Amino acid sequence: MKFIRNLIRTPEGTVGLCILAILALIAILAPVLSPGDPLHIAGRALLPPFSDPSFPLGTDRLGRDVMAGIIHGTRTSLLVGIAAALAAITIGLCVGLTAGFAGGLIDEALMRLVDAFQIVPGFLLALAFVSVVGASVPIVVLAIALGAWPNPARLTRVQVLSIKERDYVASARVIGMHPVEIALKEILPNALPPVLALSAIIVAAAILTEAALSFLGLGDPNTVTWGSMIAEGRNILRSSPFLSVFPGIALVITVVGVYLFSEGLTKALAGRRI
Amino acid sequence: MTLLSIENLSKHFSSGGRDIAALKDVSLTIADGKTLGLAGASGSGKSTLARILMRLIPPDAGTVRFEDEDWLTLSGSELRRRRAKIQMVFQDVLGAFNPRATVASVLGDPLRIHAIVPKAERPKEIVALLDRVGLPASYVARSIREVSGGQRQRIAIARAIATRPSLIVFDEAVSALDVSIRGKILELLVELQEERGIAYLFVSHDLAVLRAVSHRIAVMDAGRLIESGPADQVIENPQSQAARALIAAVPRLVIKPTRDSVHDT
Ligand SMILES: Nc1ncnc2c1ncn2[C@@H]1O[C@H](COP(=O)(O)OP(=O)(O)OP(=O)(O)O)[C@@H](O)[C@H]1O
Ligand SMILES: [Mg+2]
Repeated sequence: MKFIRNLIRTPEGTVGLCILAILALIAILAPVLSPGDPLHIAGRALLPPFSDPSFPLGTDRLGRDVMAGIIHGTRTSLLVGIAAALAAITIGLCVGLTAGFAGGLIDEALMRLVDAFQIVPGFLLALAFVSVVGASVPIVVLAIALGAWPNPARLTRVQVLSIKERDYVASARVIGMHPVEIALKEILPNALPPVLALSAIIVAAAILTEAALSFLGLGDPNTVTWGSMIAEGRNILRSSPFLSVFPGIALVITVVGVYLFSEGLTKALAGRRI
Repeated sequence: MTLLSIENLSKHFSSGGRDIAALKDVSLTIADGKTLGLAGASGSGKSTLARILMRLIPPDAGTVRFEDEDWLTLSGSELRRRRAKIQMVFQDVLGAFNPRATVASVLGDPLRIHAIVPKAERPKEIVALLDRVGLPASYVARSIREVSGGQRQRIAIARAIATRPSLIVFDEAVSALDVSIRGKILELLVELQEERGIAYLFVSHDLAVLRAVSHRIAVMDAGRLIESGPADQVIENPQSQAARALIAAVPRLVIKPTRDSVHDT
């Protein structure tokens, strides 16, 4: 409770939290706000925005409602972004905790693996993975996570290495606590806050990666995404720029919201540690 | 009866290309239910000795026999089980506790791990432990961060006696405390020892503190044990330069005698 109060006290946190709350509401209420399949043809093709009250943002080349696409695209973007970040952080925590806690050869081997993944650009990795395995939402999530886990793994390891030397870990060993319990109960919760602060940035990056994959036609073809909408509008960018501009604005607002939230989160966490 | 005997313990650290001999061929014994005070200047290797004894770091050479068992060859679950018998109280009253811990979890963990009492009786035992170290039962629900330094050290003592050990190692356990609180804690420790027959290894650079609690005192200097004997003898008639230097650092020692007068230490 006190933590949330700290978060709201920072202006970045408040604005970020508001943006994210609105986006989350839109994502959850998408079937209510715009019933039906957003990929269905709804009206006349290429209606300009703000001309027909039933299509406030106009329609695309096939006569699909742009507003409906953006509303349903919020779902995909947030879902993929959050799921990919969750997967990346879970993998990163496991690897970092094991490496830092076990030390020695295991540490050495795991860190070389982290190096290997970090050398390849995350986007290339996702691109290669999706084009080999095929495009669907879970595969896209996994592909993005594959490129994003090395950073949380490194950060977790550094945290664990410092916490491992604290007296309270020595106390836990002295009372005969099992090493697994020490790792999970004494070390992990105290290593978590900075890694969680990193998570918002991973979400933002994941949302952008997902949009880029969709833009290249490597997203799930059965779901509407902002990336695929931007790509769709690209062919007639001169005559109907709004088709790419509206999903682009949605993307920018989301990423800015996530960044502001992460700034607020970092400050709130720092405030709590004092 | 000898409870613990350390023989020819050596340990060196290499850090940043430098080689530090923290312990050189140290041998000593601790008797059942008695206190050995370990004195020595900063960096003389006292904490290193304590940490080896707690099996927190391995020695380079030497043996430790504890309760007629080779203490250094125990490992895995056998070592964890036997750890109940040697407990430790740290100097840093803040750092010795997980910042997320509550008083109940701090005392509950050792009781659970070693199944000291049946699960249903654990809350009662925690209250009894708190009571024994002079804290009210209402402390159970407190976060460890909401407890003052002196009270935290009492909780650390309660945690150390929870597993019913036969030896407790105190590494500068009262050095960080106010002088007024320090006397009360030392008094509590002497009482606990008389009541439960626990042996203590009491590490401190302050000979006044050691004199208040120790039966014997050993003096270390630069990784070596250079002098040991009955507490009064070492303090009144020090043989080594290092012991004389430690005594000179505590002027009130010259007047204040004996273990029985902890009340005014
Ligand atoms: N992990 C380590 N790595 C490198 N050197 C160490 C390490 N631990 C201790 N030392 C060195 O070993 C020597 C003995 O240290 P130790 O902590 O045992 O001394 P001490 O008698 O407890 O001193 P103090 O009274 O300051 O606590 C010191 O020179 C110290 O710098
Ligand atoms: Mg020390």
